[in-house]
Amino acid sequence: MGGFEFLIDGFLKALQLISSGDPLIATITLLSLRVSVTATLLGAIFGIPTGFLIARKDFIGKSMITTVVNTAMGLPPVVVGLVIYLMLSSFGPLGFLKLLYTPEAMIIAQTVLTFPIACGITISVVMSLNPKLKETLVSLGAPGIWEALILLNESRLGLITAIITAFGGAISEVGAIMMVGGNLGGFTQALTTSIMLYTNMGDFDTAIALGIILLMIAFGVNLFLTLLQSRSKIKRTV
Amino acid sequence: MASYLELDGISKKYGDKAILRKLNAAFDEGDLVAIVGPSGVGKTTLLRIIDRLEEPDSGEVSFRGEPYSRLSAKAVQKRIGMVFQNPVVFNASVFNNVAYSLRFRGVASEELKNRVLSILRLLKLDSLSERSALTLSGGEAQRVSLARAMVYSPELLLLDEPTANLDPHNVSIIEDALMECNRENRTTTIIVTHNIFQAKRIAKKVAFLLDGELIDYSAVEEFFSSPKDPRTTSFIKGDMVY
Ligand SMILES: Nc1ncnc2c1ncn2[C@@H]1O[C@H](COP(=O)(O)OP(=O)(O)OP(=O)(O)O)[C@@H](O)[C@H]1O
Ligand SMILES: [Mg+2]
Repeated sequence: MGGFEFLIDGFLKALQLISSGDPLIATITLLSLRVSVTATLLGAIFGIPTGFLIARKDFIGKSMITTVVNTAMGLPPVVVGLVIYLMLSSFGPLGFLKLLYTPEAMIIAQTVLTFPIACGITISVVMSLNPKLKETLVSLGAPGIWEALILLNESRLGLITAIITAFGGAISEVGAIMMVGGNLGGFTQALTTSIMLYTNMGDFDTAIALGIILLMIAFGVNLFLTLLQSRSKIKRTV
Repeated sequence: MASYLELDGISKKYGDKAILRKLNAAFDEGDLVAIVGPSGVGKTTLLRIIDRLEEPDSGEVSFRGEPYSRLSAKAVQKRIGMVFQNPVVFNASVFNNVAYSLRFRGVASEELKNRVLSILRLLKLDSLSERSALTLSGGEAQRVSLARAMVYSPELLLLDEPTANLDPHNVSIIEDALMECNRENRTTTIIVTHNIFQAKRIAKKVAFLLDGELIDYSAVEEFFSSPKDPRTTSFIKGDMVY
């Protein structure tokens, strides 16, 4: 079998695996989605309000904190994995939680990655809002909570971009969940970590199938974002 | 007796440049006063101080007998309506842009709907109620910014050049709405305008801001027929070089 036939053969078998609803592939996909969606939501729930407060308030060290958050947006997943591993391992400060090698540990690790992305993008989106919007709300007597809600609504496109960017980072990340999840069969196997495992084992059909699914998720997410952005282009500002 | 709104020795500098110099003025309840003056004399600055978006360097504002030093900025802003020189609208429907002002004040359901619709009718925006405010023309957006400041029946309405750059149709809708609001609800109104014809058309009193003070402030007929200050005369005649 030549090199290309080998690839095409693997690709066809992979499609077969996917279309037959292979239970292993389904389990891995669902675990991956569950971990990354949860981590993205947690990152957004904490990151967006934090980013909003950093952007709106004036305080000493504001530019320092902004720099830290922006740097954290590019944290190497392996390092995050290492730190969370040390925290959760039996000799670590949170060892008593017995979370190492569980999906929850994977969620924690990925939340550490999604939080600065959600927070950092929120800071830049809210800072670039027209300052007149805030002043108008102040002069109309808007209570603080309404002011925040309306300004976040004005930033909604940027916030959706933040959420999707965070999800894209989480779903395709391998280092952190490998270290704290351990890629245990049927329990903490995610798409990325399994692709590595099955490639190492020589099971290319399964690896390719998982790769296709990962690509489709990434593609679908970006398609959604592009549609959303083009839809909002019709709007204009006075 | 103290006036409805009193400005007592208001001074404001930006850098070394004195904009307002110990400015004194008193405004009566139910009045409709036009503040005129050349560009850059501090008309916007004065309105911003009254709306507490800016603090004066010295001097005190009193509103209905209470000095600002004893009121929170938020409390004052809740009671005052302000329309900016170049307003921005929110990314929401025309209806919601106006309804926000009432929601901020806890008004809800039927009452909210009725009040929003009635102010939209007053400003001839009722047919645009469901439109996204971001798609409005300049004149329509300006009327939305007026509606959202008027809908909560403020105790004082401040308007900064609300009809600058608008066509006669929009101008007359806005002027009619302001006069009706002042007549029917006795809304105390201060309007900044560079257009002395507009001042003549709608105001009861006119104040002329120059060199950091209101150098002339009198009933509209008197302001135009027998100005007290020669600088007012030259401003009215349109030959003021500034
Ligand atoms: N934040 C600021 N910092 C520095 N200078 C300012 C600031 N705000 C206003 N100024 C200056 O103060 C002066 C008065 O400004 P203001 O906006 O009150 O004028 P205006 O009478 O409203 O003018 P116009 O009719 O053109 O709107 C101007 O020279 C302006 O450049
Ligand atoms: Mg001005």
